[in-house]
Amino acid sequence: MGDDGTPQAAFTATGLGRRYRRRWALRDCDFAIPAGAVCGLVGPNGSGKSTLLTLGAGLRQPTAGEVRVHGLRPGLDAELRARIGFVAQDKPLYPRLTVAETLRLGRELNPRWDQALALEIVEQGRLALTSRVGELSGGQRTRVALALALAKRPDVLLLDEPMSDLDPLSRHQLMGTLMGQAAEHGTTVVISTHILSELDGVVDHLLLVDGGQVRLAGPVDEILGAHLLLDGREGLPLEPHTVLEVRHTGRGVTALVRPDGPLAEGWRSEPPSLEQLLLAYLRSPEAPSLNTTVPSSPLEVAA
Amino acid sequence: MIEYRIDRRSGVATYQQIVQQTKQALRLGLLQPGDKLPTAREVVEATAINPNTVLKAYRELEREGLVEPRPGLGTFVRRSLGNADATGDAALRAELVAWVDRAFAAGLDREDVTALTTAVLDAREQRTSAPAEAAGGGREGTS
Repeated sequence: MGDDGTPQAAFTATGLGRRYRRRWALRDCDFAIPAGAVCGLVGPNGSGKSTLLTLGAGLRQPTAGEVRVHGLRPGLDAELRARIGFVAQDKPLYPRLTVAETLRLGRELNPRWDQALALEIVEQGRLALTSRVGELSGGQRTRVALALALAKRPDVLLLDEPMSDLDPLSRHQLMGTLMGQAAEHGTTVVISTHILSELDGVVDHLLLVDGGQVRLAGPVDEILGAHLLLDGREGLPLEPHTVLEVRHTGRGVTALVRPDGPLAEGWRSEPPSLEQLLLAYLRSPEAPSLNTTVPSSPLEVAA
Repeated sequence: MIEYRIDRRSGVATYQQIVQQTKQALRLGLLQPGDKLPTAREVVEATAINPNTVLKAYRELEREGLVEPRPGLGTFVRRSLGNADATGDAALRAELVAWVDRAFAAGLDREDVTALTTAVLDAREQRTSAPAEAAGGGREGTS
């Protein structure tokens, strides 16, 4: 908690931008993810998700603006290294080491290492400790990479599409372990994924990036609560609401809106599911963005 | 100890599923006063849901006076949902049976009846939750 009682931000970006040669992968990004949040990072391919996570992990430095993890600069402030766990999309490990040697390396490099947890994760997947990492399947290597990242006991865990090559059982087990660690230690988790249905019930915060920009940021409850899915006859008025997507279905219309005032008579409304909301935003790149994590007053910036 | 089964496709909010399953266990006597509910960690490890969802469900059960947290020990059942409700349930059930008979006599089939009851329940939910919805719920600290 901060001095004023608001939850301390674990991961913030202010005017954050990153350019590769001529192309901006991220530009003018502002957000704040509170400590203890489980945040889903969503966006199409090439939207800047991986860049955002590598900036958070300190593996790259911003071209513009800044990124902070618990108030410190990733990659520059050395004391942060032990507090951030990162699993990159390609899960880099030493292929010639055995599973046991990989865990031993983790133990020696990380002061807060939790060997029992590392072994539990590896044994749950029935991996032999004597297997060489290079001989494991993609999903098995993912398990070892997650064992390393979780057993490090970081304050902030950044995961780049960690579940994509896991079988359904492993996915369920590892998501459970991840949530268990978040419950026990208050770990902040930022997890990027393409599997939208996987986020429902798991994440409590959301960050949608598209074309290098933040389009949605905030608590899931707040974001879902700000939208309604409408269903009604053709010709019913949609103003003064902010319309994000309209679809015509014969004589009917369905629309995703951010309501502003009472609805016109005749609309049936229901709150959208997380998946419905995200798909609507992804289909409508020009829909206005919604960011509830950044205060409109610039008070925070001074500190 | 109770084990929660979370159905992500059910359309019922996850925390509500936990609340409902706890109440069901209380009604059936599977949970009794003094019994301990699983910790948030135990629930999320088994179900892979967000820990705050479990805490929210437990707070709801606490507000209804059904469970109480004991610091450092866990969350415990305070009272059962026993016979008082069962007699009420029996009367309601009899009315519902009579109503369903009338619905079928009027030519509705099973799906019509389900659609109708769902619509009435939805309408009722919208009436009662509309003002409260705007408040929203932020995440609370885990400490």
